[in-house]
Amino acid sequence: MTKPLSAPLDVGFDYTRSLGPTLGRFLTDLRRRKVTGIRGSDGRVHVPPLEYDPVTAERLTEFVDVASTGVVRGWSWIPEPLEGQPLDRPFAWALIQLDGADTSLLHAVDAGSPEQMSTGARVRVRWRAERVGAITDIECFELSDSPGDPAVEADEVSMVITPVNLHYTHSASPTEDPFLRGLMEGRLIAQRCPACTKVYFPPRPACPTDGVPTTDQVELSDRGTITTFCVVNVPFLGQRIPPPYVSAYVLLDGADIPFLHLLLGIAPEDVRMGMRVQAVWKPREEWGPTMQNIDHFKPSGEPDAPFDSYSQHL
Amino acid sequence: MRDIAVVGFAQTPCVRETDGTTNGVEMLVPIFHEVLGSLGLTKSDIGFWCSGSSDYLAGRAFSFVSAVDAIGAFPPIMESHVEMDAAWALYEAWVKLLCGEVDTALVYGFGKSSAGQLRRVMAMQLDPYVVTPLWPDSVGLAGIQARMGIEAGLWDERAMASVAARSRAAAVSNPLAQLSGSVDVEDLLASDYLADPLRRHDCAPITDGAATIVLAAGDRARELCERPAWITGFEHRVDSPSFGARDLLTSPSTVAAGKAAGTDGVEVAELHAPFSHQEILLRQALGLGDDVAVNPSGGVLAGNPMFAAGLARIGEAARRVHVGSASRVLGHATSGPLLQQNLVCVMEGRK
Repeated sequence: MTKPLSAPLDVGFDYTRSLGPTLGRFLTDLRRRKVTGIRGSDGRVHVPPLEYDPVTAERLTEFVDVASTGVVRGWSWIPEPLEGQPLDRPFAWALIQLDGADTSLLHAVDAGSPEQMSTGARVRVRWRAERVGAITDIECFELSDSPGDPAVEADEVSMVITPVNLHYTHSASPTEDPFLRGLMEGRLIAQRCPACTKVYFPPRPACPTDGVPTTDQVELSDRGTITTFCVVNVPFLGQRIPPPYVSAYVLLDGADIPFLHLLLGIAPEDVRMGMRVQAVWKPREEWGPTMQNIDHFKPSGEPDAPFDSYSQHL
Repeated sequence: MRDIAVVGFAQTPCVRETDGTTNGVEMLVPIFHEVLGSLGLTKSDIGFWCSGSSDYLAGRAFSFVSAVDAIGAFPPIMESHVEMDAAWALYEAWVKLLCGEVDTALVYGFGKSSAGQLRRVMAMQLDPYVVTPLWPDSVGLAGIQARMGIEAGLWDERAMASVAARSRAAAVSNPLAQLSGSVDVEDLLASDYLADPLRRHDCAPITDGAATIVLAAGDRARELCERPAWITGFEHRVDSPSFGARDLLTSPSTVAAGKAAGTDGVEVAELHAPFSHQEILLRQALGLGDDVAVNPSGGVLAGNPMFAAGLARIGEAARRVHVGSASRVLGHATSGPLLQQNLVCVMEGRK
């Protein structure tokens, strides 16, 4: 059996979070080239500051200035940095206890080689020139026993934006694969459940009623019946067609599950449940392994289907 | 309190990469058939279903909802999900059975780690304000802990390599393992660092896989299984997410969970230790002596299906009771960075 179709998928999102008084103070101070901790219930100074004590769960409020210099308490060496990490050349991850703090902060140390790194080594913050109020305002730490840089003025921050970009390779299931390959040839391939004989289009890896893989391929025509529909009147980001237009559930002849597609070629006020429709395909040279090969559906001109013919598929 | 037992267990082979989707259906269908078939049950006999998985690992929203297709959830079922290792789903199901609401539960976990970059995906479980923006990778973080233990004299690179060698040797008897065989500690120590002081053998492999357990209460368990693995202690505890404030040379949450669950007399322990030094650490935290057989399956260093591996530890331990090769066993699961959250399930066979 050939490998199912697969394709890369990059998922990206800028997480935007409000900071509150504790983290807001910490990140504002980083922007000012200052590091601030907070005193815990047991007197320990936590850096980064915690909102609540990890043991007593008491709310913590006593901020404590600490130095931007400190000592390495533990480290590992990253010979091949990954996307998004503070440095794009080999570096050390380190837990760093800043002078005046009792706990350790995780960050990168630009040490050049693992031979230069050691537990107990003195380090200082290398500040980013353009600071926004984020943990990445600390570009990294560097091996040094010099004092830290002086603080500067900067506006308060109350929000932090963290871009997240993850990369995946998605595989189609063994039942989606013939469906997608069929679409490349303009064919509509469904799957029938061997237990309940329902025909799924698009196919699913297993029949959701019986929990068994669907095994029988069924080729369907590109005509069907509108089971239900909605008139889209609301504009949204990425909309391809100016509203109003109709999104409709189309039950292909021979299928048991309708799918959502676009209905054109008729005024929204004239669309009705039971209306017969046919696919309007894009030009063949634009076909790929996608349902977008069908540009839209349009009325076929056949008489409406009786309600009983689709009432079990709503 | 009702007596509740693990009566069935099945898992997929641990493999580096499967062709399937990230919603787990292709991996789950065969193990549901296996575990239900071995007990003579059908889906309608199961009172409660509970799963563990992660959308960040799957790279798609609501992957656990798609996974329900593998059950065939019609007529509607009672179902729940945790965005954690399925060992915590097992805990939820155990509580459900304790409440007397149902007599049987099927728990499953699945993960297709090969779809993404696991080391980066794992950064999503860290503090989103002051840690995740640095994209710390799971291997780099574990390396810090490993070095701290080496410098404190708790273990050394040779002891870590010995854990890996023993794990692969044990996995020879586990046909579902991803890594197995006889390896020489000297050869392991001669290999390059992945994240100094960790070498590749110190890190659990990237694995696609799934696992499932069936729980049953009282007489129902006795009907279904000749030798049920009765749960005598089931506890989980959590440490602060601020790992720079934690003592990384031990695991207070494991100590507390082990103490509460009662580990005395355990003969076999399956420990969820994704890094070699963590097996040594967990062994100490649980106070397991040299007479306890640790990870006879090979453990997760031999195959680490994310979000199923902790559940599989409990299943592997229970299996020793089912087949009669042990009478008191322990399964452990971990979640979060650097052994932040830990769960201990102690089970025994009865005459």
